[in-house]
Amino acid sequence: MKIADIVLPLGFGLLFGLGLIVSGMIDTANVLGFLDIAGDWRPALALVMGGAVAVALPLFQWTRRRGKAFNGAEPESPPARIDRRLIVGAGIFGIGWGLSGICPGPGIVWLGLGIDQVWPFLVAVAAGAWLADRLPQRR
Amino acid sequence: MDSQILAAALLGGAMIGLAAGGLYLTTGRIAGISSLYGDAVLRRPQAWRWLFLAGLILAGLLARPLGLTVPEALGHGPLWLAAAGLLVGFGTRLGNGCTSGHGVCGLARLSWRSLTAVLVFMATAGVTVYVVRHILKAA
Repeated sequence: MKIADIVLPLGFGLLFGLGLIVSGMIDTANVLGFLDIAGDWRPALALVMGGAVAVALPLFQWTRRRGKAFNGAEPESPPARIDRRLIVGAGIFGIGWGLSGICPGPGIVWLGLGIDQVWPFLVAVAAGAWLADRLPQRR
Repeated sequence: MDSQILAAALLGGAMIGLAAGGLYLTTGRIAGISSLYGDAVLRRPQAWRWLFLAGLILAGLLARPLGLTVPEALGHGPLWLAAAGLLVGFGTRLGNGCTSGHGVCGLARLSWRSLTAVLVFMATAGVTVYVVRHILKAA
């Protein structure tokens, strides 16, 4: 294993996590405040997502144009199909996100913050993913 | 909105976008945390997944020493968080992504599939928050 194979995922994971903290997105009040358009609306999440996409977009498009990542790997290219699994899955995820204000990224950062309250959430996320893997594969 | 909150949201968002775009450009990997976490725990124990997750945890560990403001608690009890986590895990596995995979990487790849997912999970999350806060007045 080369040094880059360790440093790149670790370093970008760290930067991603610090971004979640700086942006305020690890605070469930900011997430739920964004989703609560009928209440005291907090627009920060839209700026976070907009800022992230604005920076990521040229990097993703550059990678696709090159056809190869810097390490020579073929860039991952998930299927483009829009089907029932996508819609139902995204819909169910949204309900869980709306109930808690936590999505997987911030959930894992919470672990690093040393707050044990997040354990039931993370264990349940793994259990939910395990269950979804048990569903028959349909087209 | 307070200009300090706005600046933090944009800066944090740019950090997230740089991390996701940088990972894709250098390694060809998509920083979708739900897939990363699910695969790390359930299926393919590839080193890069654990390293990226370790980076996220490290961000949490470093937050206070770096003087970043962090929340001290999640706003819900363990059963509520476990129920939400189950839905998040199941839904993201079925729909192949969450706020990072579809919301940041997918939109940066200009994927219609991801845009569809984002609109669906934003809608169900918004309805969930409305029901919980304004109809049930539960949280």
